[in-house]
Amino acid sequence: MSEIEKTTEGIKTKEKPDGFDKKFIWVILFTIVGFAAAIAANLLIPQISEDVKIEIYQVGSIYATMNNAYTWVLIALIVLYLGIGIFSAFKKERRKKYRSRAPFRFAVGIALALWDLLGTKLQTLPQPFFPGPAGIIEAFLIEGDYILQNTLYSLRLFSVGFLLGVVVGVGTGILIGWFPKVYYWVSPVLNITGVIPAVAWMPFALTLFPTPFSAAAFLIVICTWFPVASLTASGIKSTPKAKFEAARTLGGKTPYLVFHVAIPHAMPQIFTGIETANAFSFTTLVMAEMMGQPGGLGYYINASKVWSAYYKVFAAIVVMAVLFSLITWAVGLVKARVLRWQRGLLK
Amino acid sequence: MSETILEIKNINRTYKDEDNIVEALKDINFSIKKGEFVSIIGSSGCGKTTLLRLIAGLDKAQSGEILLDGEKITAPDPKRGYVFQQGSLFEWLTVQNNIAAGLKARHIYKENKHKVAEYIDLIGLNGFEKAYPHQISGGMAQRVAIARALINDPEVLLLDEPMGALDSFTRADIQDKLLEIRKTNNATMILVTHDIDEALYLSDRIVIMTPRPGKISEVVDVAIPHPRHRGGTEFLAGRKKLLERFHLASAQPQPEYNI
Repeated sequence: MSEIEKTTEGIKTKEKPDGFDKKFIWVILFTIVGFAAAIAANLLIPQISEDVKIEIYQVGSIYATMNNAYTWVLIALIVLYLGIGIFSAFKKERRKKYRSRAPFRFAVGIALALWDLLGTKLQTLPQPFFPGPAGIIEAFLIEGDYILQNTLYSLRLFSVGFLLGVVVGVGTGILIGWFPKVYYWVSPVLNITGVIPAVAWMPFALTLFPTPFSAAAFLIVICTWFPVASLTASGIKSTPKAKFEAARTLGGKTPYLVFHVAIPHAMPQIFTGIETANAFSFTTLVMAEMMGQPGGLGYYINASKVWSAYYKVFAAIVVMAVLFSLITWAVGLVKARVLRWQRGLLK
Repeated sequence: MSETILEIKNINRTYKDEDNIVEALKDINFSIKKGEFVSIIGSSGCGKTTLLRLIAGLDKAQSGEILLDGEKITAPDPKRGYVFQQGSLFEWLTVQNNIAAGLKARHIYKENKHKVAEYIDLIGLNGFEKAYPHQISGGMAQRVAIARALINDPEVLLLDEPMGALDSFTRADIQDKLLEIRKTNNATMILVTHDIDEALYLSDRIVIMTPRPGKISEVVDVAIPHPRHRGGTEFLAGRKKLLERFHLASAQPQPEYNI
């Protein structure tokens, strides 16, 4: 492996050797200066609008206002990008990636400063629909543990539904792809039920399942099942005959043909299905939670909306963005690991 | 050398091609001795690949039978190793796992683990054990395909134009590799090819087939001693003889050029 990589990338690495590049310090500074400006804006500009009450909350043994918490978050971001910057400084490839993201990160810092100004300090944005960044963070100060509880509920619901859906989807996909009889009888059912948005089954699921949790999990299973099953089936069906023939002349029997030829061949398509299902299941998760769950981020949004606590709605949206990004990233990691044989093949 | 290993008896194979019945193989009778290298040549559509697939057990004949060691061939078996034209490697397995595939498929990998390294040595792909098929050249891939078939210790190695898509240098390289393997393993090999030089360079006997209906028109013994030289007098004479069989050589002697 390493030898091949040497032959293809050897020339590139020889031209510019890795090592610390002094000019890169400016790139790191450029990245974090936006966030520093946001901190400065928060600390130096006085509260102009009189509608905002700055309350003091107790977090553990620390007392903090929303502006304190907002500054901490900004400091945390600065420390994070500083850390990534130092980590990236010694490798040319990493430096390149970091450098390409610097303008965007700078702009985020400036945008936060403006948003803070318009949303909190001046309150020119229509209230209470568009709170400032500090206002959103206030939601975590008020009921951080409650948001965490709801987040864990969502995560649990998602994990159960999604994993079960993937297992059932891959299973049925293999059966459909391998047995023509199953294809004949099951694929029309799959094609018809697959286009129905899973949440349409909600009333039915709520009466059929003993708990709201299992009803919602069922919906996520359904919405995951369809893309995973149909793409698995098509991956299995598209396995070239030559691969099976090669396996048979090598002494492979049916189980070998299924598990060591058809399924590995279908793996890229299976992952396409899983990634599609991943996106579908986020939607289903939140909609199901908004329609009669005792917890979850969707439930939290609904409950907060009733009290016009839009800053809490935004807080839940921020948590979703982070949570779903992390899940998508994790799926991507698993995919990269399973499909490592494709590396360098598709580009 | 004289023991018959493979007998092909009265093979007939027809295909239905939209109302027409194509006679792919008609009355094929032939036998191959242990340790022999036999090439089957002919223009495309003469049924040479069909015949090889029948021997492998990948296809079934309408009538007639093929016997390996007196046993009728009904299905594919690792006793008859098969090297395909191209693209038959498992892309999701590394070079070493592709070579080990046969052992794993037959559930005898654990006790034969050491053989994988031996066959990587044999085909000269040391250092590429952990490479994936798309990372190696076409010539390397075909060498892997050969090792993958050989690791099962087949009694007959069936080669279906394995060098067809390779450039002439790589082709010559693999041809020499095959001769080397043949020397060390004393394997019986049947090669399907449309390259006259290749057949002449490798074979003890050359089976010439003609299309519509696919049948054996002639079997030519190649008596040139090994090592053969591609530019040697005997080789060129044999080449001319074969070309004449295909009516490709002109009757008039060509003027000689110095190149």
